[in-house]
Amino acid sequence: MNKQEAILEYTLRIADDSLLLGHRISEWCGHGPILEEDIALTNIALDLIGQATNFFDYAAKVQGEGKTCDDLAFLRLEREYKNVLLVEQKNGHFGDTIARQFFFDVFRKLFFESLSKSTDQDLAAIAEKSLKETRYHLKHSSEWIIRLGDGTQESHDKIQGSVDYLWKFTDELFFMDQVDELLIKENIAVDLTALKANWKSYISEIFQEATLNIPTNGWQQAGGRKGLHSEHMGYALAELQYMQRAYPNMQW
Amino acid sequence: MSSNEWPLWEVFIRSKQGLSHKHVGSLRAADAENAINNARDVYTRRSEGISIWVVESKLISASDPKEADSLFDPADTKIYRHPTFYEVPDGVLHM
Repeated sequence: MNKQEAILEYTLRIADDSLLLGHRISEWCGHGPILEEDIALTNIALDLIGQATNFFDYAAKVQGEGKTCDDLAFLRLEREYKNVLLVEQKNGHFGDTIARQFFFDVFRKLFFESLSKSTDQDLAAIAEKSLKETRYHLKHSSEWIIRLGDGTQESHDKIQGSVDYLWKFTDELFFMDQVDELLIKENIAVDLTALKANWKSYISEIFQEATLNIPTNGWQQAGGRKGLHSEHMGYALAELQYMQRAYPNMQW
Repeated sequence: MSSNEWPLWEVFIRSKQGLSHKHVGSLRAADAENAINNARDVYTRRSEGISIWVVESKLISASDPKEADSLFDPADTKIYRHPTFYEVPDGVLHM
């Protein structure tokens, strides 16, 4: 693997995380628990899809095959998507969506803070731009975690259930392989092991306020970064890709 | 209103530095912090503001519309309260 291939793979991982989570959140449009939250979720979905667009544009440039961000977003096969399993999980109820978002937002904020110092100017610039949005996403999901956890007995039990269920997908956020190793040497990629302690301490802090427990079950699920996805991925892609598959090169 | 509904909040947005906050509408939220977040998402999506105030609607005391006659009509005939009788000297701009 050369440097160009590593940057392409690295950029697609970030873009796919944003795309799939943005797609999932967009499924809430018109179904939010209240009007205000419906708009909040739609804003977040748009932010994530905007981030994905920027990263896909850059990936297409690095790839140098004349492809567009739409080609990368809509016309790859399931195993070519490198997002973590966490972001493709179904929305479930509002608590499930918030727990998934919270785990991701905490990671993303730390990640973009570091990536904005990358020696790769494009990645650094997109990270810098995305960081402002991500800070708000984190504020939004953190406050919901606190309110649901420290709310009624029912909301507490539901959000603790969501946390317990999704916990097994969180280790994969810190997945690293030779792609990362190669780029860390060039100060392009972020060393994710360095983020993990901060990730966990922020979560502990919010959970304490929310009267929630960090799950003790140590078993973790992974595969997304290698293109091995959960059963939900195919359905998500079917909906996401339908228009470009049915009407190739369509634009609006 | 059912007791399960969140309280209503009035939202005030300042559009830019130097202007005052203006009432833009209302929304429902569980508490003040939540109300500010909701206001940010509902009322500032298109760069409408740089500052948000929220206040629970029940905390606002309003004048009674039925008293409008006695409260506001008397001012209509007090034309001398408007400073329109002064001669503006030449050279005074922006009046």
